[in-house]
Amino acid sequence: MPEPFTQHEGRVAPLDRTNVDTDQIIPKQFLKRIERTGFGQFLFNDWRFLPDGSLNTAFVLNEPRYQGTTILVAGDNFGCGSSREHAPWALQDYGFRVVISPSFADIFYNNCFKNGLLPVVLSEETIRRILADASAQEIYTLSVDLEAQTVSEPDGTAHLFEVDPFRKTFILEGLDEIGWTLQYEEDITAYENSR
Amino acid sequence: MPAKTMYDKIWEQHVVREMPDGLTIIYIDAHLVHEVTSPQAFEGLRAAGRKLRRPDLIYATMDHNIPTTDWSLPMTDEIAKLQVDMLSKNCKEFDVPLYDLDSPHQGIVHIIGPELGITQPGKTMVCGDSHTSTHGALGALAFGIGTSEVEHVMATQCLLQKRSKTFEIRIDGTLPEGITAKDIILNIIGHTGTAGGTGAVIEYTGSTIRGMSMDERMTVCNMSIELGARAGMIAPDDTTFEYVAGRKFAPSEAQFDQAVAQWKTLVTDSDATFDQHLSINAADIVPQVTWGTNPGMVTDVTGIVPDPATMPEENDRKAAERALEYMGLKPNMPITDIAIDRVFIGSCTNARLSDLHAAADIIKGRKVSPDVVALVVPGSQSIKKQAEAEGLDKVFKEAGFEWRESGCSMCLGMNPDILQPGERSASTSNRNFEGRQGRDARTHLVSPPMAAAAAIAGHFVDIRDW
Repeated sequence: MPEPFTQHEGRVAPLDRTNVDTDQIIPKQFLKRIERTGFGQFLFNDWRFLPDGSLNTAFVLNEPRYQGTTILVAGDNFGCGSSREHAPWALQDYGFRVVISPSFADIFYNNCFKNGLLPVVLSEETIRRILADASAQEIYTLSVDLEAQTVSEPDGTAHLFEVDPFRKTFILEGLDEIGWTLQYEEDITAYENSR
Repeated sequence: MPAKTMYDKIWEQHVVREMPDGLTIIYIDAHLVHEVTSPQAFEGLRAAGRKLRRPDLIYATMDHNIPTTDWSLPMTDEIAKLQVDMLSKNCKEFDVPLYDLDSPHQGIVHIIGPELGITQPGKTMVCGDSHTSTHGALGALAFGIGTSEVEHVMATQCLLQKRSKTFEIRIDGTLPEGITAKDIILNIIGHTGTAGGTGAVIEYTGSTIRGMSMDERMTVCNMSIELGARAGMIAPDDTTFEYVAGRKFAPSEAQFDQAVAQWKTLVTDSDATFDQHLSINAADIVPQVTWGTNPGMVTDVTGIVPDPATMPEENDRKAAERALEYMGLKPNMPITDIAIDRVFIGSCTNARLSDLHAAADIIKGRKVSPDVVALVVPGSQSIKKQAEAEGLDKVFKEAGFEWRESGCSMCLGMNPDILQPGERSASTSNRNFEGRQGRDARTHLVSPPMAAAAAIAGHFVDIRDW
């Protein structure tokens, strides 16, 4: 069952790239594990680490001030590519609770909700400003309230975001979707018998 | 009755229950499973003490991480072997049919679905793999799902979804000589970008599509996900019915006519409307080559590497600059001047028998450039056997290609088939993302004949001049 998500306040890591695909988020050589856990160490592997395995200090997530950040802000079409749920598993295991982008790829967006990782869509203009502020300021914090569907900047400016009511309920309460669907087992059986 | 699209019709036929807010429990007719995205789902079932609801509607194979070299030897990658062994164990425990490396039906999951007749018009199909959109070529509604949803389908045979938007992509006209289905879909992605289909189910229509073989239609639908779409579909017609007839899981001869009659009702009503449209003229398309790090970064083989400085949007400019740096390319360089190190003919996009034919026709009697290492990986054991029966393996081997066992191979490089850092490939696969074919590997997506010609020439060539 996913961890419930209600509110979260945390420091922001700005990843100013568009079309961040799932091969970047978690390269394929790490998909051979049979567990759901332990993928954080491989997050953005080819960006975080140089070919010899040492830290790539030029990559934003490796800057000292972004250590321990829990909100990732990135350019549009985040999570495009494969259906690998290892991508949200890796983001979450690394420590992120929220990913904010002007747009997400469908499968990735869906996969996030199954794992208590909240994907938030804000306007391109707002994201541009957040990316700039998070880069300019030593510590930049956002506050996310799922119940109210707001992302608040340090000065209190709040941005409303959309989320589908059913996804919201499931992630707020950390509901077991399979258990939820199985409440309708009679309908499923009736459907099967009708064919 | 309001006019409906094919998507609407198939959707409505699979509604188990619709909630007031539109959330719908939809029934899934076929679930395809492979070794990489299923172990955590089987484990979830076990942990919750749940059963597999319909072992008769699930089919498994091994394709993503397996080697394509001699299968009589043990797998040397211990972690990959554990994943493969886990699939065998899970399939045995949950009574799932498994087409493993000993099976004549093994192959890339999206190739064997249609090949075995599992894929049929009007079916809802899922797989823990984004290229599940391939099956839409037969008029199925098919989409990729994550592992949590794999488990959901295992336990309930259903998914929770809301209805998608619809997107008609119409391609009309006769395909010019040398232009393939791959060029069409790459050209489409060049128009839409990699997010142009987000949230939508595409229906490909028009005379070009009608004139295509099933293999070609599968290539088109396969890459629907590369423009961000949930699924891509093509209305079933006689080409489809002839393809399905007689296959292992196809309706029996006695029931076939009845099935066809029902399938014919699935087509989009003439007065139905779509939420989005795009129209392409087949005559305008020339061979396509990607130059960047996503499939939307594509141009004509007659063209040049674009100059980011000329791009009006800042995001595009920055992305193109990054891509050219990664790809080791200079702006304004002619595409045909790009020299390659490796050629990969394979993947769920382009590893069917007709793809191998198209490549073999180009290389017959010629030799692979001494600077190039070239690989052919048939999409399934069945395709491999058929190709060998026709002597295609000899054509490839005599030209200097390696002829391998079936699997996903270098498309995603989960197995030992990867590029070395800095190496450049002409690849018939579907993604040119950074690192996709190996760390710091540079991928150019092309059609099978374009890949074959590049293998011989050592650089890209316009196949129309071949």
